Amino acid sequence: MTRRLLEGSEAIAEAMVVAGCRFFSGYPITPFTEILEQMAKKMPPVGGVCMNAESELEAIGMAWGAAATGTPAATGSTGQGLSLMQESLAELTMAGVPLVVLDMARAQVDYFQATRGGGHGDYRLIVLAPMDVSEAVHLTQLAFHLTAVWRNPVMVFGDYYIAHTYQSVSLEPIDFGPEPPRDWALTGASGGSGRAKLLSPLGSAKQRDDVGYDMSKHYLARAAASAEMVAGVTPMADVGFTEDADVVVVAFGTQGRYVRAAVQQMRAEGQRVGYVRPITLFPFPTEAVADAANGARAVAVYENNQGQMIDDVRLAVLGRAPVHFIGGLSLDGSGFGIAPDLDVAIIRSRIEHVLADLDVHAGGIR
Amino acid sequence: MTPSDRVPVVLTDRPPTEPARLVDDFTPALIDVGAHHLCPGCGEPIAMRSVLEVIDELDLAQRTIAVFGIGCYTAFSNNLDVEVLQALHGRAPSLATGAKRARPETVVFTIQGDGDMVNEGLQEVIHTAARGENVTCIMLNNGVFGETGGHLTSTTVLGQRTKNSLAGRNAAEHGYPILLSNLLAQLEGAAYVARGAVNTAGNVARTKKMIHRAIETQLDGRGFSFVEILTMCPTGWFIETQEAPAYLEANLGAVHAPGVLKDTGS
Repeated sequence: MTRRLLEGSEAIAEAMVVAGCRFFSGYPITPFTEILEQMAKKMPPVGGVCMNAESELEAIGMAWGAAATGTPAATGSTGQGLSLMQESLAELTMAGVPLVVLDMARAQVDYFQATRGGGHGDYRLIVLAPMDVSEAVHLTQLAFHLTAVWRNPVMVFGDYYIAHTYQSVSLEPIDFGPEPPRDWALTGASGGSGRAKLLSPLGSAKQRDDVGYDMSKHYLARAAASAEMVAGVTPMADVGFTEDADVVVVAFGTQGRYVRAAVQQMRAEGQRVGYVRPITLFPFPTEAVADAANGARAVAVYENNQGQMIDDVRLAVLGRAPVHFIGGLSLDGSGFGIAPDLDVAIIRSRIEHVLADLDVHAGGIR
Repeated sequence: MTPSDRVPVVLTDRPPTEPARLVDDFTPALIDVGAHHLCPGCGEPIAMRSVLEVIDELDLAQRTIAVFGIGCYTAFSNNLDVEVLQALHGRAPSLATGAKRARPETVVFTIQGDGDMVNEGLQEVIHTAARGENVTCIMLNNGVFGETGGHLTSTTVLGQRTKNSLAGRNAAEHGYPILLSNLLAQLEGAAYVARGAVNTAGNVARTKKMIHRAIETQLDGRGFSFVEILTMCPTGWFIETQEAPAYLEANLGAVHAPGVLKDTGS
């Protein structure tokens, strides 16, 4: 297997090419910019198109238009730019248009935006959160598969570290299994047949005997498709040392990787700690977190924000153990997500604090 | 529609020996359902029919993608016999761009109103024109938000009464109307820019020629083509249905003057 040492942005771009992506549109914004640069280079040689959109509004509109023709397509940005895209993202989800959306997030402040659906309406995105470049290459390819299967946008939630770290990666195409035919895609060819296709967030079937749309019918059908997707996508998590852990630490993405390192160190020293790293942020690995919390005396959540994923952790733990927040917003002057707190020693000390608290409580001081 | 629903159209110049012609006989081939819920006197069905007739005449039905904006005309996205991609308010030019770039062999046009294109999506159409994108954008301009019941848009002419400018649009309070065709004609990437109207039979015929020319511009790969069509909205103008064609001429048409503004292929 050939491996290449690549910067994360280039690795993700290569993964998109390997996954069949042939249309990309974006607007520069740190730390997403380099992915756009790479796609501008990599699309033309494979017969694809990369558009330097005039804003994020155009970027997602172009991707929507290309994806509507059955072309595997992607766009991306960071939280700020994704805010601009949310209206279109919500609507194209209602239209059943497959699309991969890259969120090269600044820190982890946009967990809610990613997992709660930043736009209007009763819809969901599948959200995949890699911990490093290698996993990003895998999950980016998986994203193209999942979006083709479910006809629902899939987000890959990365960050500054993943976009800019060099890592040796394999770019062998991964076969995730069969995908349904794209018979819904617009090619122009069905016109004049009496059965011309329609791809719309308002209604997917043309009415033959009346005017206008039955909106309730469409929205209910989309809700049912969304529910089927939520039930059909297996939540993924990386779980370690939880069987006999007193404290289980939950963290995702780059932060999850650091937490894992801290827990491994502490385990080597005989401390009873474990970790759960959600890989799918939506659907959330509720069962994995609940199982880990079952024998634990406390659950700790480390994330680089004021506490967003902790809501999902609490819903998973459901009172089985107390849930403590040991994260917090940590940024350098750039604001791009480089975190002074992202340090195994600092994370260790916070976990040790939770452990020490357990002993205090066990001593009956509470 | 069942045959019994078909309304006979009796033309007085036809001999009584000939059978009455039906509404269906007048429905363009590329409209599945001829009926619509738009108001009496609305100009949008006429504009829509003109576009579809051109697609049919150029034999493009099997390679066309229509991208719809949001407005009264959106009702037609449901019953055309050409493929339709429904966009958000204002965003159709970007979707058209993506579709055309992904499938250059298709003919792609947008249908948008003035509220959609000039208010919500002004930057989209300007950038698409500047890029010289090989698509056709069609704006149905009636100078009001018709679907919400007659509200001020960015093309509403000075003095016009709307539901949120009851005393008439005045520049001090509401600013000036944007003449979009004039704006777009200045852009290098715009190959064909014309403004038509559907208030008289003559204007309908002229407008259809403009649409024809715009689609030809796209077929020739000469860049962005644009047709603005002034349409009647008696409901949103708060006037009698039969007054609308003359009102269009005296108000909207007096500011947004019909004519071919640019044709790089001529």
